[in-house]
Amino acid sequence: MTRVGLIRLVVIAALIGALELACRTGLIDHRIIIAPSEMASALWTLLASGSLDADIARTLGLIGLVTALSIVLGFAAGVAIHALPRLREALDPFFATYYAVPVFIFYPVLIAIFGLTLMPIVLIGVSTAIVAMIIATLNGLDRVPRVLGKVARVHRLGRIATALQLQLPAAAPYLFTGIKLAVSYGFIAVIAAEFILSPAGLGRDIADAYADFNNRRMYALILFLLVVATLVNAVLHSLDMRFAARRSGGRA
Amino acid sequence: MNAAPVQRDVHAELKGVTRIYSAVPGAGAKLPVPALGPIDLDLVRGEFFAVVGPSGCGKSTFLEVLAGLQKPSAGSVSFEGKPVSGQVPEGIGVVFQEDASFPWLTVWDNVAFGLRRNGVAAPEMRRRVEDALAFMGLKDFARAFPSQLSGGMRQRVCIARTLVLQPRLILLDEPFGALDAQTRLLMGDEVLRLWRRTGATVLLITHALDEAAMLADRIGAMSARPGRFIEVIATGWPRERDSTIVGAAAFGEITGRLWERLRGESLKALGHSDVAALAAE
Repeated sequence: MTRVGLIRLVVIAALIGALELACRTGLIDHRIIIAPSEMASALWTLLASGSLDADIARTLGLIGLVTALSIVLGFAAGVAIHALPRLREALDPFFATYYAVPVFIFYPVLIAIFGLTLMPIVLIGVSTAIVAMIIATLNGLDRVPRVLGKVARVHRLGRIATALQLQLPAAAPYLFTGIKLAVSYGFIAVIAAEFILSPAGLGRDIADAYADFNNRRMYALILFLLVVATLVNAVLHSLDMRFAARRSGGRA
Repeated sequence: MNAAPVQRDVHAELKGVTRIYSAVPGAGAKLPVPALGPIDLDLVRGEFFAVVGPSGCGKSTFLEVLAGLQKPSAGSVSFEGKPVSGQVPEGIGVVFQEDASFPWLTVWDNVAFGLRRNGVAAPEMRRRVEDALAFMGLKDFARAFPSQLSGGMRQRVCIARTLVLQPRLILLDEPFGALDAQTRLLMGDEVLRLWRRTGATVLLITHALDEAAMLADRIGAMSARPGRFIEVIATGWPRERDSTIVGAAAFGEITGRLWERLRGESLKALGHSDVAALAAE
């Protein structure tokens, strides 16, 4: 482990330890926050009982679906917009200000149209995550060196071969940034949408536990989502570092 | 001025070639921009031809028209007797000024790229790639990525990637433009070695008069835009030569003559038309 990584770990351990101490000594009221060790114990009990299985499958499945749709559709839209400069010029201001608009304001409208089904969550999730992927695709394609186009023609590559063998690998670091953002936005959007108004899912579970003053269950679920989100991001970060190291010869 | 061939074994031929860039509304160019020509030139099989000229005179446009990367606005280009227009023919290899190595592939895979595309069998591919790597002094860097190499070595990777395809006409577009003077001299030696070994016709675009004088059998001096050949100088160097010829008296004479022809054109290119007129007198 690097020195920086060790410092990071010590800081996190110190914060958890301080919270544990504050909760155990009564400095923080247990009706507000429970001790981290209690959160872990409650989570273990919940997971062992199997009562969370359906909600976990539903929420993580939705996050997977939203992320996959955002990545595939965002990439396709990015490629199409990149090929149409005038359309891009027209859309650029929307992309620049997109995240200043809270798309969640449309959630009630979507429920009114589609009812309490999965569709409003998927639509809110995709509309939150897709623009990050579109912007990343545009950035990536903008940064493909022009000379690669000439190299492709010297090697008599067709359009598809040029895209797959030269443009895609050249744009890959930016596309991967888009994938990481799409995953993060997918998590946020699905949990938040479930939290607001949904008949099931982990977000709904947290909202119910909160309404019932069931702190053990609420913090156990929060801990579960924190762990899953951290693990997914750690895996993506590690892949990103591995690719970057390949390109920079181990200097990433 | 027409560039008379040294002998009649013509490998590539340009007849009345011009290239005019059309006006782009909103991009500053309100009128069509004549970039090149008219150019008449025969490249003789196996010769080393260099093109020098002031910045922006159309040297790279000339190379791209010859390669088939751009269509001429008028005139015709042929390679080995077949017309070239808008598509790079088999047998032509191009090395660009910019770093065109693929950062996601190792040096070995960079060099093998074209052979894989052409479906060359694995043993043959291995032999040709290893041969090219050894020839370009990259054997110890086969598993490295381009980012681990210096600019000069990355350019060698691009040359090796061209070399493995055994082109009969090699076009070099200022390949050493970004390198320091000493490295350029050494790279020049390597290009001469490559030229002798492959027997290919080589066309080098450069802004460096000394580089052209050292490497080429013939040097085409180009006017300010639109680029035309104002003189083609035969250097008379023996085929077996290297960078030590920079100390020869004839080397100074050739560079001096080139500069004499190009000084006025360079001033024109800089926008000093009055000074250029004086220089011409």
